[in-house]
This record gives sequence, structure tokens and C-alpha cells, in this order.
Amino acid sequence: MRSTLVARPVKAFAGPLLGAFLAVSPALAQTVTPAPQPSASASASASGQAADSSPEEDVVGTINNDAAIAIPPFPTNESVPTAADGGNTEALGRNLARVIYGDLKNNGLFRPVGPDALPGITFGEVTAPQFPNWRARSAEMLVQGFVKGGADGRLTVGCYLYDVGLGSELARQGYVVKPEEWRRAAHKCADMVYSRLSGESPFFDSKIAYIAETGPKDHRRKQLAIMDSDGANHRFITNGQATALTPRYSPDYSKIAYLSFLNGTPRIYVYDIGTGQQRLVTEGKGPTFAPRWSPDGKFILYSMAIAGNTDIYRVPVTGGESVKLTDSPGIDVGGSYSPDGTKIVFESDRSGSQQIYVMNADGTNQKRISFFGGRSATPEWSPRGDQIAFTHIAGNLRIAVMNPQGGEMRYLTDSWQDEAPTWSPNGRIVQFFRTAKDTGKTSIWQVDLTGKNERKLNTPVDASDPAWGPVLP
Amino acid sequence: MNRQILTALLLTSGLALAGCATKPKELPPQPTGATTTTTTPPPPVSQPMGPVPGSRADFMASVLGDTILFDTDRYNIDAEDQGILQSQAQWLARYPNKRVTIEGHADERGTRDYNLALGERRANAAKNYLVSLGIDASRITTVSYGKERPVALGSDEASWAKNRRAVTVTVE
Repeated sequence: MRSTLVARPVKAFAGPLLGAFLAVSPALAQTVTPAPQPSASASASASGQAADSSPEEDVVGTINNDAAIAIPPFPTNESVPTAADGGNTEALGRNLARVIYGDLKNNGLFRPVGPDALPGITFGEVTAPQFPNWRARSAEMLVQGFVKGGADGRLTVGCYLYDVGLGSELARQGYVVKPEEWRRAAHKCADMVYSRLSGESPFFDSKIAYIAETGPKDHRRKQLAIMDSDGANHRFITNGQATALTPRYSPDYSKIAYLSFLNGTPRIYVYDIGTGQQRLVTEGKGPTFAPRWSPDGKFILYSMAIAGNTDIYRVPVTGGESVKLTDSPGIDVGGSYSPDGTKIVFESDRSGSQQIYVMNADGTNQKRISFFGGRSATPEWSPRGDQIAFTHIAGNLRIAVMNPQGGEMRYLTDSWQDEAPTWSPNGRIVQFFRTAKDTGKTSIWQVDLTGKNERKLNTPVDASDPAWGPVLP
Repeated sequence: MNRQILTALLLTSGLALAGCATKPKELPPQPTGATTTTTTPPPPVSQPMGPVPGSRADFMASVLGDTILFDTDRYNIDAEDQGILQSQAQWLARYPNKRVTIEGHADERGTRDYNLALGERRANAAKNYLVSLGIDASRITTVSYGKERPVALGSDEASWAKNRRAVTVTVE
């Protein structure tokens, strides 16, 4: 059931009320007039008062196992001009809280209420929260922070997490960022909250490389592009004259390995983000595809076809001799390292159809692990090591996970064509792309390991082949 | 190897093809000029109304088809494919300076990386057959487009069947 927005007295504590937040203006929040008790008529009258709240801030009230988190705007000690979004530190403070709200909302674990539905706080309140007020709003958790402009243009952002019920501080962090990196401070803050409340590793402060797609199905333009984990700071890397596919960030974000038809045939290039230069991953004769990095960033796995037979090779990132890891007459392709670097999961049709195999990192002891009927493809080892995500093909293409022994297979998605899963840096979210029947339009989606929280990522144009980089240092 | 013998073999296979190609449904409409060129080994000296000898248009007019099709996940060359590739081999024997690229393709119902490998395998299957007919391997390059370049745009069996293909393209 959905809760209603009800005006309530800020000084009288009336106990939990459907876990709902108030959505009132700061002026209303100052009133001491006892508010009507929650009832149909009260809801009706309150809904008018709450008209300034954005519709997406509505809260589902009956879920008890997730935390209601209030994130008011971050105040500033003194509003000064900044090159960051908003133009001055006061406006920026609201934008910071909005980014944190977006991160936590899209995760599926929490019920955040953002700065556009909450009253502002004073600078002094940041470290001395008005807990009774937040209890009155049924907030369980409170994220407060501040932003200060420095003389050198840099911004200092403080981030505090409070347990409202206990009336105590749970965590705090501070960040000094350049104005153009203001969103990173917000992502770091969201990461702190997420980690503290879920016990999981952070992942918001990370980037995604993907393929931006435009044009009709028979003349698709495919460009290498990058963006932040929430879709912001979008940037095209290639101009689309040559089809680009399957990018992968290096673990230190300095490079992207990807496939390009630059000189007519598909070859893997290693693109250096800092210099804008790129080079072939190997001078080998055959077409190369399916690039993957080793966890330490020192090697790249690639697949190369020689006379129609595809095998998996490993090459040092610095160049040099390639080592052939597979040698079957079938197609051996892909390959994803276990997080400790000792094993590689890959795909082979040596049995007659695409199936998933595991081998030691030196190519020995190749063993099939997928026995689910249909075909199993594009395996990706979770950064936590406990799961392998893959594409299962039985009519439709669906995203599934299994353990590294090939057991406990379960589907995460059920659509016409979902493929190419990759993991969030903390191994809790699987990202993939979905192709629409007939139109061929593509989009990037994220799903958690329950398979229940699935969402489409907002991208400027159609998008495929998403690959997450690690959490930024 | 002796090119004359190879050419003779090619002609024989071409004749054999002509002999067995009695199923009208497998034959595309004959382009003008095709009949005369297939039975005349040396290139025509002048053909005012026809395509330029050795050109892409001439190739298209001379062969049974530039495209062979495959079943799902398969890359074998069946009898119909053999007929088409034999006609391409004849043309290549006639223009020994001409080179071709064979493009391998897959339908949309597979994963991207595997389809690139599959397209490469299909293109090589076609190449190997041409080589078995005596065409020098150095005259044939392959490229896989995986599922990136469909010709039929529907999401149905009929479209997918058309997209699982290897296409021979003359290098101008």
C-alpha cells in the first residue's frame, strides 16, 4: 500500500506513521499548529500543501525491511560562486543532495527522500542534527552534509550519516574536489551511506564504458562512449565512422580495450584515455575480439580467429608475446578471470553448442561447468568470486548467474533478448544490454542479484555492451 | 601447380553444375550476357551493352549468386552453396588478377562475440571451398561482421535465415 503525505506537528512525536515522510515547505515546517491526524480527509488536505514535492519522491510506506533515509540539501557556510553545477555553493548543496538521493533510490535497498521534498537545514545543524524533527518525519536514517568554497576554487564537502532513532552519528567523511568533479563527492557520500547500511562494498563512484548506438537497424552507428555510474558526464570517445564494440575499462581507468573495425576488419585496440592514442593489442594476423583485463591490469585476454578457428590468447598490456591458452577445433571465445587471477571462465562450442568452461589461468585443466540445456555464453566472474553471470540462450536470451562449479543456476531477467552481463565493482549488481524485437533498439539495464530490482539506465542514445570499471580511488 | 589443369577442372565442375542445376527454383533470373560469358572462357573483348569485364557488375552478372546461406550455428557448405561457389570460382579463374573478400555474417539471435567468431568461420568455410576448386588462397580475404550488418531487418525466422550468410565481394 502506498502511504499518503500527511502534515504532522514538528514538535509532537506521534510514533511511526506508515514510515512516511513529510513533504512540506520549510515555512510549513516551522508551524507549531498541531496537524490533523492521518485520515482520508487529512490526506486530501495535506496533498495540496505538499504540492511542491516532486512526484518521484513519493514513498512506499509498508516496506519495513528497508531504511527510510532523509537527505536534506547540503548547506554552505557562505554562498560563493563556483564552476560546479548551480553556479554558487548554496545551489550546489542542493545538487549534491540530489545526486546522493538518486544513487540510493536507484539501488533498490533504500527509501530515500531527497532535498526537493525536505526543508533546508542550517550550517550549524549539519553536525548537530535536530533529531526530534526527523523522528517526527519518521526518518530512520539521516544524511546531512555541507559544501564550502575554497580560495583556490576547490570545494570541500562534508558527509554525515546519522541514525535518527538512536540519535547518534554512524559515519562521516570529507572530500576536497575540483569544481568539475563535484559529483564524485556526492557519489563518495552515497557510497559511504550504502556501505555502512548494507555491509557491502561501495560502487557509486565508478564509471561505465559502453557502446552508443544510433541509426536504423541496417546502418547502426556504434561509438565508444563513457559515463559515470549514474549516467552523468557522458562522453563519446570515437566518432562512429568505424563500428566500435565490447569496451572494457582497465582496472586503473587509464585505458579502454575495445573492438573496432577501423581498418576494415575487427581488431582489438587499447585506447589510452590520457593521451587519446591507441594501439593494436597484438600484431597477430587474424581478427581479434572479446578483450578482457586481468584483475591486476597487467594482461589482456583476447580471442583471435586463424583460418576460421577461434582461440583465446593472453598478452601483456605492455605488448610482447601472446600465449595461446586454448587449442580446440571449436570456437573458444571470451574469458573472464576469477578475482584472484588463478582461473579463467570462458565460452566454447567444442561440444557442439556454446557452453561455459573453466580453466586454470595458464590454460590447463579445461572443464565444462554449464549443463542447463540450451546454450550458455558470455560468462563473467563476479569481483567477489562467488558467482558467474552469463547469457543463457534457449529461444530467448536471458541473464543468469551460477556458482563457479556450475551449480545454483538462476535467471535474473526474462525478456526477449538480454545479453553480455558485467558486474558492478562490488559484485552486487549485474549490468547488461537489452535488444528490442524487430527495431533492434538497444538499452542498458541493471539488475540486482534477487532479479527483482531491474532498471534501465538513462543514456543519451541507444546503448549496448556496458562494462563497469572499479570504484575510483 | 599447373594453372591450365586447374582451369580445366574448374570448367569441368562448371559443366557438372550446369548439368545438375535442373531445379529451376534454385536458379536466379539469368542476367543478360551471363549465358555467353559462362560458356566462353576468355573475357569478351567488347560488350557494349554489358558490364565492364572483370568488374563487380560483371561478377554479379556472371555468378549464380554472391551469397550462400547457413543454418543456425552451422557453417557447412551444402550442395546449393557448392553450385554458387563453383560459379564464383569460374569467374575468378577467368580473371586471375581479381581478388575477393568474403564477408561472414550471423543472425541477431546470438551473443556478439560468438557471432563474430561464427561469421569468421562461415567466411572461411566459403574461402576453403573456393581454394579446393583451385583458387589461390592469397586472392581471398575474409572478414566477419558478426550480427552487426543484417540485410533482412525482421525479428523472425525468415529474416534470420537471410542474415546467416557469407557474401563474396570483388575487390575493385
